[in-house]
Amino acid sequence: MVQTQHGIGGLSYDPAKRSRPPELNVFLALVLITVAFELIGRLFLGDSFLFNTRDNVDAIFNWQRLNIIILQVSIIGIIALGVTQVIISGGIDLSSGSIVGATAMVAMSFAQTAMVNGNPNPKAIFGDWAMDLPVLVPVLVGLGCGLAAGMVNGALVAFTRIPPFIATLGMMVFARGFSRWWSNGNPVSFPTEGYAAIGKGMMPVLIFVLLAVLFHLILTQTKYGKHCYAVGSNEQASRMSGIKVANHKVLVYTIAGMLAALAAIVLSSKNLTAQAGMGVMYELDAIAMAVIGGVSLQGGRGSILGTVLGALIFGVIISGFTFLQLDAYYQEMVKGVIIVGAVVLDQWRQGRSRG
Amino acid sequence: MTDTILETRGLTKHYGGVHALSDASFTLRRGEHVAIMGDNGAGKSTFVRQITGVERPTRGQIIFDGVEHTFESPIEAREAGIETVFQNLALADDLDVPSNLFLGREKFRFRLGPFSILDKKAMREASLQALVKTGVKIPNLMNTIRNMSGGQRQCVAIARTAAFKSKLVIMDEPTAALGVQETAQVENIIRTLKEAGEPLILISHNMRQVFDLVDRVVVFRRGRIVANLRKQETSGEDVVSYITGAKTGSEFEGAA
Repeated sequence: MVQTQHGIGGLSYDPAKRSRPPELNVFLALVLITVAFELIGRLFLGDSFLFNTRDNVDAIFNWQRLNIIILQVSIIGIIALGVTQVIISGGIDLSSGSIVGATAMVAMSFAQTAMVNGNPNPKAIFGDWAMDLPVLVPVLVGLGCGLAAGMVNGALVAFTRIPPFIATLGMMVFARGFSRWWSNGNPVSFPTEGYAAIGKGMMPVLIFVLLAVLFHLILTQTKYGKHCYAVGSNEQASRMSGIKVANHKVLVYTIAGMLAALAAIVLSSKNLTAQAGMGVMYELDAIAMAVIGGVSLQGGRGSILGTVLGALIFGVIISGFTFLQLDAYYQEMVKGVIIVGAVVLDQWRQGRSRG
Repeated sequence: MTDTILETRGLTKHYGGVHALSDASFTLRRGEHVAIMGDNGAGKSTFVRQITGVERPTRGQIIFDGVEHTFESPIEAREAGIETVFQNLALADDLDVPSNLFLGREKFRFRLGPFSILDKKAMREASLQALVKTGVKIPNLMNTIRNMSGGQRQCVAIARTAAFKSKLVIMDEPTAALGVQETAQVENIIRTLKEAGEPLILISHNMRQVFDLVDRVVVFRRGRIVANLRKQETSGEDVVSYITGAKTGSEFEGAA
C-alpha cells in the first residue's frame, strides 16, 4: 500500500470529544437526589431516608422503603421499557396508559372466578364459560390486546404520513373509550388465584427486572436493537441502507403495546380489580422515566439501563416526598420540572457535541 | 469477462415534460476513473440516480458487469455491486463506525429473524480491514459519527464502499463540504482506489481535482452528454467551454 499523508486533516483523536456514557450522569443524579433526601431527613426530621432507624428491626437499610421505591415504579417501568424503544426509534407513544386501561378490563374479564364467598361473582362480565379459566387465557388475551393496539399504532405511523404523536394520541383516546364501553364503566373484579399471583408481593419487580435485562440484551446485541438506533438517528440513511423502516416501526410499536399490556396484567392482578380509569397518565410517567434516563426525544440515543435508572430516580423522588411528608401536589409539580429539565439537558448536551 | 464494467445505452429520463436526461450512452472500463462534469441541472445527478437505482429511467439500458439490469431500488444496485457515496452522506450519527459500515447488511452469529444476534467482533475486524484498504485512519472505531469531523465522516462513508466487494464506486461531490486538508485526505483515498484497480465515477465541480484524479472527463449539458475527453488530450479551458456551451460536441459523435 502506498504511503499517504492520512495523518493530516481532522483525524487527530481528541479524547475530550468522546463523551462519557450518559448513564453515568443519570446514576450520579440518582445518588445525588438520594443523598439530598438523606441529608434533609437527618437535618430537619431527625430520621434517615435510607437507613434503618428502628431498634426492633435488625437491618442496616430501611428495606421497607427501598422495596416500596422499586415496587411503585416497576409497573410503569415495564411500560417505560417499550416507550424507550419507541423513542430511540424516533417516535413517541402516548397510548400506553390507555392500553393499560383497555387491556386490564379485557384480561380481567377472562380471569374471573365463578363463586365469590359462596355467591356468584357480582362483577361477572361473561357467562359461566369464561369463569375459572386457566391463568394462561387472560394473559394471552391481554397480550393480544396490546399486540393489536400496538400494531395499529405501528401501521398508522409506518404506512400513513401521520406523525407518531397524532397516531398514538388517537389510540390513546380510542382505547380509553373502549375501556369505558367494555363494562359500561363498571369495574371488573374477583380474579382467580392463579391470576392474582402474577402481581403478588414483589412479583412486579421481578417481572420488571427480567424484562429490563431481556430488552437490554435485545437493544445492544440484536439487529432489531441496532435498527432502533439507526432509524432514530437517520431514517433516510437507514432506508437507503436497505433497512425495512416501515416493518421495523410496526415491530417497535407492537412490542411497546405488548409491554403496556403486560403492565396492565400485572397491575390488575396486583389490585385484584380492573377499572376503566386504570393507567391514566402512565404514558407520560413512562416517557418521563425514559427522558430522565437519558433517552433523547430526537431519537437515536438512550438505553434500557438509562431508563431503569430514570425509573429509580422517579421512585426515589416520590418516596422522598412521602418521607418528607410533603403534599402529593408538590410531587406532580416537581415531576413536571424534572421532565423539562431532562429535555433541556439533553438538548444542551447535543448542542455541545455538535458544536 | 468483458473489459467494460458499466455501459448505458440511450439512457433517458423525463420528469413530466422536462427532459432531464436524453439518450445518454456511456461506457466505463474496469479500473478506469471517470469524472462527470457539467453545470447545475445539466443532468449529472439525474444520470447517477438512474444507474444507482434511486429512480427508474424512462428509456434505455443499463448493462453492468455484462448483465442488463433494471434496478428497482438503491439496495438492488448495491447488491449488484454499485456503491454510492451520496452528497448527504447517508450515515447514522449516533452509531459507531462498524455499525455504519454494516448498516442494513449486518453480520450475525445467530439468525433469529429481527432478533438475530449481531457478530460485533467480525464486523469490527472487517471494518478495520476496509479502513486499511481505503487508507482511512480513524482514531477510534467505536466513536460515534456525531463526534467526528466532516472529513472523517466522508472517509467513513467512502470506507463503506470498500467494506464489501463493490465493483463500481460512485461519488457525488465528495469534497464539496470539506476543508483543504480534508479534501486532500479524500483525494488520497480516491488514489488508493485507483491503485487497487477499482473503477470510479466522480461527480465534481472542482477542475483541479478532476485533472488530478481521473483518466477521462465526461461533460453533461442540458441533459445530454456533450463531450467525452481523455485527460491527456484536453485542458481546463476546453472542458469549461463544453460545460458552458461555448464549444459544442460536433466532433463528438457516438465516441462514447
